[in-house]
Amino acid sequence: MTMNSNLSSSESAKKAAEVERLSQKKDVRNRWLLSLPALAIIFFAAAGPLLIVILYSFLTPGDYTGVIWTFTTETWISVVLERDFFDETLGWADAHLSIFWRSIRLSLITTILTAIFGIPTAYFIATRSPKSRNIWLFLITIPFWSNLLVRTYAIQELIRNKGVINNFLQWIGLTNEPIEMMFTDFAVGFGMTYVYLPLMVLPVYASIEKLDFKLVEGAYDLYASRWQCLRRIIVPLVRPGLIAGSILVFIPCLGAYVTPQILGGGNQLMFGNLIALQFGQGKNWPLGAALSLTLMVIVMIALVYFVKVSSGENKKNG
Amino acid sequence: MARSSLFNRPFEIKRIPSFQSIALFTFVGLYGPIIILITYSFNSSASLGVFESFSFQWYITAWENEKVQEAAFRSLYLAATAATIATIAATMAALATTRTKKFRGMTLIFVIINQPLMIPEIVTAVALLVFFAMIKIATGYTGMLYLIIAHTAFCIPFAYLPIRARLESMDLTLETAGADLYATPWKTFQRITLPMIWPGIIAGYMLAFVISLDDVVISEFVKSAGQETLPTYMLGQLRRFITPETNAIATVNIAVSVILVSGFFLLTQRKK
Repeated sequence: MTMNSNLSSSESAKKAAEVERLSQKKDVRNRWLLSLPALAIIFFAAAGPLLIVILYSFLTPGDYTGVIWTFTTETWISVVLERDFFDETLGWADAHLSIFWRSIRLSLITTILTAIFGIPTAYFIATRSPKSRNIWLFLITIPFWSNLLVRTYAIQELIRNKGVINNFLQWIGLTNEPIEMMFTDFAVGFGMTYVYLPLMVLPVYASIEKLDFKLVEGAYDLYASRWQCLRRIIVPLVRPGLIAGSILVFIPCLGAYVTPQILGGGNQLMFGNLIALQFGQGKNWPLGAALSLTLMVIVMIALVYFVKVSSGENKKNG
Repeated sequence: MARSSLFNRPFEIKRIPSFQSIALFTFVGLYGPIIILITYSFNSSASLGVFESFSFQWYITAWENEKVQEAAFRSLYLAATAATIATIAATMAALATTRTKKFRGMTLIFVIINQPLMIPEIVTAVALLVFFAMIKIATGYTGMLYLIIAHTAFCIPFAYLPIRARLESMDLTLETAGADLYATPWKTFQRITLPMIWPGIIAGYMLAFVISLDDVVISEFVKSAGQETLPTYMLGQLRRFITPETNAIATVNIAVSVILVSGFFLLTQRKK
């Protein structure tokens, strides 16, 4: 008798669990269905086409544009190596390598410069009264949301030969000739720092805002110098924000197209321009495809590196 | 306070003087170039170098330029369409990925939705160029749909994030109360959930709209002949010759962004 009732109760529990499981399954299915339009659009017009790029990187370039459907790995070799025109020996593709190097170097410089200007700015905002803090934050976000092209143009007006800076220098008689600033690495680095600065300020601000100033106060009371407070307390606590900011600046810099195109011109190419070139005058779609994938791999390596650095930090702190 | 005066060591760590000067320099640096650009849009002279006198001449020139008009309307149409579709899709996805314990594949959905943010724009742009070239050859269609779907795709994550944030901070008991009072799921959504997340939806729409309006790279690679948007038209101008007309267009562009972002700011601040 008792056995029997036990059995039935466990059976009904099983049944309830089954019903629960089914309704959960249905819920998950509904959630997938609800996400479907967004997923489909992104797959069709962002993620999916990347697969075609992989395919294209193994095809032979067509005579004018497009591709011929024969398999080759020659394109991938030509990303970093160059086949000698006469004796077919392989050497480094210096033109590509120098552009890769410039992209990485300029992106690093930009990240450092945005940090130098961004950290004090974020600190300044975070130490305002809560009310004025919002206004300062708003002032940082406004340039960020206005058109990248317009902001690059603003820099162009500043530094070109007949631009504001050169006119001013000539007007006060410091120079007679305009100083050539356009189409140099300086122009590109300056432009990218200007354009991407808000991306550094915002995450650094977010972590300074969370900072408990009582800790700093405590250190100060224990006779730590201002520099020690900064180095031992503020910097370690702000590091996650700094890493996030570095990701947000470094990665778009690597793939930047508009700013180097306008300020760097045809000579100071960066990765993005080299890719675009293959689909324009270069007429080598497979090479463009292979270069795109190379850029993606570099971006992924950078991301993994930053994530590793930040997770290492977390372990150390907690 | 009392203690620090006791030690005669005023507590000042919140104020680092050199930081303050760098910060103010940064703000001047951020706004200086934009202000100069706006100033020269009101220059009566065709030269960008010298400011002669104040005039609206270049705004009138830009307004009367048929190419500018056409590109501006195309940009607005594109941004409105893409932002609308993106916001609807993003709202659905946000509803599906919040207010539940983690289910199988939830992370995958999240990763796919944010994918456009993780891939360099130029890579997406050339991928779309290649893919759409195939479709164009196969179907012969060269209309606006390519631009619309490309813009919709990269607008989705921008619309998704504020809506999701709003849903996550929502009080769930209200939905439960609705269901307890025998409201159908649809009715509960219509009467309770939707009104509560509405500011998030508007904020998401505005972000998506700005992002679409400002896009250069993807539009440049996806557009067919004769489909200039305002940014691609400006890019073409910058490559060739620049006049204060470009400044006038840029100024209007900045003004539109400022208005939309202010609206976004007000909407997202109010919830706190």
